[in-house]
Amino acid sequence: MALRKVRNNIDRIFDKSLTDLIRGIRNNKDNEAKYIAACIDEIKHELRQDSTVVKTNAIEKLSYLQMMGYDISWASFNIIEVMASTKYTEKRIGYLTASQCFHDETDVLMLTTNMMRKDLSSTNMYDAGVALGGLACFVTTDLARDLANDVVTLLSSSRPYIRKRAVLLLYKIFLKYPESLRPTFPRLKEKLEDPDPGVQSAAVNVICELARKNPKNYLSLAPVFFKLMTTSSNNWMLIKIIKLFGALVPLEPRLGKKLLEPLTNLINSTSAMSLLYECINTVIAVLISVSAGTPGDHTASIQLCVQKLGVLIEDSDQNLKYLGLLAMGKILQTHPKAVQAHKDIVLACLDDKDESIRIRALDLLYGMVSKKNIMEIVRKLMSHVDGAEGSNYRDELLSRIIQICSHNNYQYITNFEWYVSVLVELTKVEGTKHGAMIAEQVQDVTVRVQSIRHFAVSQMALLIENAHLLLAGSAQHRSNVSEVLLAAAWICGEYSEHVQNVQSVLESMLKAKVSMMPGHIQSTFVQNIAKLYAVQLSQSEQEDDWDAVESLDNLMLSKLPQFEQTDNLEGQERACTLLEMVREIEKLHAQREKIAADVTALFEGELNPVAAKAQRKVPLPPGLDLDTWINEPPVESSSSESEEEPERKNGPTVRSEFAGFGAPRPFGEEAEPKKKYEQPSPEEMKKMRAQRQADIESNPYYMKGDAKATAKRPTKLASRKDSDEKAVEATPLDLQSPLEIPGVVGLNKYMEQQESTLSWKKAKKEKRKKKGKKGRVSSSDDEDLPVVHQVNRADGEMPEGAKSTDDEEEGTKKKNGTGDPYKALDMDLDQPLREDERLPVAQHRVASLDLGQPAGLKSKADKKTKKSKTPKAPKEEKPKKSKKSAKEVVDEPPPPPPPAPTAEPQDDMDFWLNASSAPAPPAAAEEKVSKKKSRSPEKEKKPKKSEKHHGKESKRKQRHSSTRSGEEFAENAPHHLAVHDKNEYEVASGVCTPSKQTNGAVEGSATPKKEVSTPTNLPPMTSYHLLAENAFVRMTYETRVSTADANQVASAVIFANVGANEIRQIEFNVLDSLNTKMLRDPAAPQGALKVPFNLPQGVSNEHVFRFAVEAINVPQKLRGTLTFLVETENGSVPEKIDFHLKFPCVSFTVPATIGSDAFSELISSGELEASSSLQFATTDSLNDVVRNLCFHGHFTVVDQQGTSASLYSQTIRAEPVCVLVKVQDGRVSLNGKCADQQLISSVLDELRQLTAN
Amino acid sequence: MIKSILVFNNHGKPRLLKFYVHYPEEQQQHIVRETFQLVSKRDDNVCNFLEGGSLIGGSDFKLIYRHYATLYFVFCVDSSESELGILDLIQVFVETLDRCFENVCELDLIFHVDKVHNILSELVMGGMVLETNMNEILTRIQEQEKLEKQEAGISAAPARAVSAMKSMNIPQQIKDIKLPDLPSLSNFKNPF
Repeated sequence: MALRKVRNNIDRIFDKSLTDLIRGIRNNKDNEAKYIAACIDEIKHELRQDSTVVKTNAIEKLSYLQMMGYDISWASFNIIEVMASTKYTEKRIGYLTASQCFHDETDVLMLTTNMMRKDLSSTNMYDAGVALGGLACFVTTDLARDLANDVVTLLSSSRPYIRKRAVLLLYKIFLKYPESLRPTFPRLKEKLEDPDPGVQSAAVNVICELARKNPKNYLSLAPVFFKLMTTSSNNWMLIKIIKLFGALVPLEPRLGKKLLEPLTNLINSTSAMSLLYECINTVIAVLISVSAGTPGDHTASIQLCVQKLGVLIEDSDQNLKYLGLLAMGKILQTHPKAVQAHKDIVLACLDDKDESIRIRALDLLYGMVSKKNIMEIVRKLMSHVDGAEGSNYRDELLSRIIQICSHNNYQYITNFEWYVSVLVELTKVEGTKHGAMIAEQVQDVTVRVQSIRHFAVSQMALLIENAHLLLAGSAQHRSNVSEVLLAAAWICGEYSEHVQNVQSVLESMLKAKVSMMPGHIQSTFVQNIAKLYAVQLSQSEQEDDWDAVESLDNLMLSKLPQFEQTDNLEGQERACTLLEMVREIEKLHAQREKIAADVTALFEGELNPVAAKAQRKVPLPPGLDLDTWINEPPVESSSSESEEEPERKNGPTVRSEFAGFGAPRPFGEEAEPKKKYEQPSPEEMKKMRAQRQADIESNPYYMKGDAKATAKRPTKLASRKDSDEKAVEATPLDLQSPLEIPGVVGLNKYMEQQESTLSWKKAKKEKRKKKGKKGRVSSSDDEDLPVVHQVNRADGEMPEGAKSTDDEEEGTKKKNGTGDPYKALDMDLDQPLREDERLPVAQHRVASLDLGQPAGLKSKADKKTKKSKTPKAPKEEKPKKSKKSAKEVVDEPPPPPPPAPTAEPQDDMDFWLNASSAPAPPAAAEEKVSKKKSRSPEKEKKPKKSEKHHGKESKRKQRHSSTRSGEEFAENAPHHLAVHDKNEYEVASGVCTPSKQTNGAVEGSATPKKEVSTPTNLPPMTSYHLLAENAFVRMTYETRVSTADANQVASAVIFANVGANEIRQIEFNVLDSLNTKMLRDPAAPQGALKVPFNLPQGVSNEHVFRFAVEAINVPQKLRGTLTFLVETENGSVPEKIDFHLKFPCVSFTVPATIGSDAFSELISSGELEASSSLQFATTDSLNDVVRNLCFHGHFTVVDQQGTSASLYSQTIRAEPVCVLVKVQDGRVSLNGKCADQQLISSVLDELRQLTAN
Repeated sequence: MIKSILVFNNHGKPRLLKFYVHYPEEQQQHIVRETFQLVSKRDDNVCNFLEGGSLIGGSDFKLIYRHYATLYFVFCVDSSESELGILDLIQVFVETLDRCFENVCELDLIFHVDKVHNILSELVMGGMVLETNMNEILTRIQEQEKLEKQEAGISAAPARAVSAMKSMNIPQQIKDIKLPDLPSLSNFKNPF
């Protein structure tokens, strides 16, 4: 054997190692492929050998070749062989290679399940670590399902190194196997409080990833994260938490308000730029969410953000500059004014040498633009377009220019001639992809702004006439420009009355290089040639210039046939139709008949913009039968255009102009307009109108209309009618949508005053002069406009009952969302687990436990064992294994069905949120205090505890302000009980109504304390016990412990003056026992302790006395005396009162948290050798008993199942105390375990007394 | 989430590729080439963030990179990662490499890709940041090295001797292509 080993090693000498391979590749640069092919052959040979050393070497080489781009999937099986090696170094290479090349479709992965399981549970930390890391890279759905439970088990590993990895791996498992999320989530949540900061951070990381996709499910965790945020100092984790809050605030504006204060503090205090930046980002998210909800003044926060961002932008570090701009863009959406201050810097960033920064600055531009500076800014951008390298950035610039100009319906544009010329200029940009965008803009502007048409047409005519120049460029450029030609042709045709020289334009269109244009543009050309022809014809006929008419006909007849050759079907059809028409016309012309009037009638009327998708938005009204006529069959109505219009907008491919020829519309569309004939009742109409108005107002895409613009393109019938307001009012249901843009009217008027032949150059010269006037005119129009809108909206610009755009978007979203892997993870995590929801467990383990069990019981027991392996109840398993026979297990009734889902977690959240939003300033103040506390955890604990019984509100605050040390009572209990019913939860969390006397005492106390008396149906509970009482004074006390000093307890005594006179000079003294001594003033080690306050009539106050204790395993009882002076009319009278101060053993315990796994581990570890048990009768339910024990006995519930619950607590010396409570048939049985026999007996005894009470 | 980590040199030669989302090898190479195109044409004094990269990109993704001497370290991350945080992570990664290889240079990465992968796996796991504390990382790596030596033991001695013989030919001077001192962190506040 040894010999073989040595021989293997000697063999290896002659193998190529990875280093040899790399060196070889470097030496064979010329014929690398050949060399590598040879190496792969060698590797294949090596893989056939037995020695794992050789194989590992081969796999290592393969992993390098994979990086070079060679497919190595053929070696998958060998990789698994290496992964299975017993040596860590070899295993690691196997896993590394696997993580590089395995993926979902690697079929050999299913062979790895058991090997992975073995590696995960390996005793060698690094074996498990490498397996976890590998699994994170190549986990499949099958692996996730089979190994989820093993990974969950690793969550309670004693090594943070493993826990950390297991937590992170969970995210990958959730992604692949979403069913595992719900059963595992409580365990993951536990890890947020892991003692190791790395594990904590990993858990935060995972939850953040989960919450980013489905934030609403994680809203209930906000308090936990809030606490982490205010206490943690790990920046990496803080960043994640703050990012998470950024995702949560849009869902809950109250959360935003709560966050504002601590975030502002962080912004002001942190020195880490990354943290500062994330804080600002989240504050912005908060501001956005808050501004959407309730109004409030957050100017200070906005100012702070903007100011800090200003610092970032001005920083010399380009990274900060970039991020500053990025965040600024977010503020811009809601608070554009705030950003204006940094206009100059942003504009300067446009000239930055860094493209990333320039693009970010472009993002901000539309917030910086105003009517005054738009020309200047666009001019600047245009110069950038010329100088830009790379088509990417140029395209970006181009689309930005258009975006800025068209922003909010051309809000900033005062001179549309200028804008059209900008657009024309943009067509000259080479290689841009935005031809269609430019074309759309030209068309849009021309349609919307009547007064620009003359100018636009002249420009477009120029374009057409120079089409051969435009089409001369590269193919790419050509396809871009040709889109613009489409717009140009359409404009020239549609507004042919503005064309100065129809003949020349017509000729240029006919002579265009047809072959160089795409089909859909040719078809547009044909259409508009027809329009121009009609105009030219009527002109010539009027002049009785038959020569001109003839030459025109001849021109058409000679040039049109080339359009018949187009590959575009519609274009072909149009060309043929037109050609035939011209032939007919020519025949008539030969007889000297004038038919121009008939030809022009084809193209009469005017087009108006309609909201995109206006037609599609019309919902089918209920009860409408589209196949029956309600009224008389309609004469052809004006609605035909409404269908055309959106099409025109949707792009040239669907463009149809047949309606212009009076051609019948396709059959399918015919049904649509019929619905207009259904007349809703006036009430319905009113309602629908109101609804629609609301929709319109909430719809950001809706363009405001103008009454005068309702003129629509009439058909032959309608054209004779004046389409004025009257007509519109008469047909309120008309589908036409007058969508003139605001501000246009003013501009129109202005433009009309100008010479209609105004050329571009003239306009430029005159611009300066007009400026002042222009600004005033348009701004006053702006003010007037809203009134106009209100009048017009009632007239029906949109179809009745049109769906809002949002609905539609949601619909499409849903459709698109089906493929999203994160969708599957969208589940309610607060719902209690169902019976069937548990992680699959490896089957053979169950089988071994089944042996020897009666068949009838098998299924039950099976369930039990299975269950005990689920994370929810693992702790049950071990104590039973150690103590009880299988029979006992079976005897137990099956667990009751899970409680019905309650709204409790939501209540919980509401409470947490309201607690601070109602009295905001004190809450904020308290948060600050809590931060301080976290730094000096022990010092401030005592006063804090005194607040504990003051009702829910202060309770809540404690919850997130509580320190990591002992005072976790409030916090942990709800955490563990979250899935149980409400009663239990409330009590376990320590919420109680103060008993009467305490209540009174608190109200009368000198120190101001908030008192919120929450009505609750729970029996009053207090941990204050009566110490002594007489006619003058009543003393109640509570024992407190601190984990800071294991040998101290404190007794908080409330002195209440119940007499009619003031009490002064109160002195408190106890007789020290051997075990327990009161801590007195060092100066006066003996004698009474003076209470530092007087009690006026009716007042109570609290003082804390400290005691040193030696042994804590037996209850203590101290005799004491209180002496004081009672002020009566006759002077002071000395009085005294004796008392017995008791310290039961449970008063030396503190509630502590423990994970359920750790708990079961603890029980089974044998550390807790002392045990004790008790049984007694009770009338209470398990919940009542547990509640009692938790409150008075300072226990926390680790787990509660059916009739039993396991409780956990620690003594002040950190000795664990575990108690199993069972309530059955009116009997309580307590089983206790701890390290000290005396202690556990005493504790159980006391617990019995507590329960009996 | 980190989608991928690429390390390549000034000529676009890959030195370490780690994809946390599966791509076929061909596409991986394509991504490297495209990323190199994008990154290499940027000056050294511009910002370290880059949008775009059609293959790996998407609107939610960003390239965050650093350039050290002859090597580019490029991380492709989505919006759940903090930009500055990732820059720091790259710094931690490079500093860790520097400590492990004692003055790291490109050759170390060429001949010890496996080791670089092992170091990386202590920082990032499955696309999620695992550890950012350099001391913790170094401790773990040293422990693993110890384990490695134990396992190698005597049985690997002959192989080691041979490889030492082979290595003797390599002129030591190639090691001289050293990284210049790491850029000081002064202009970049480190949150760790």
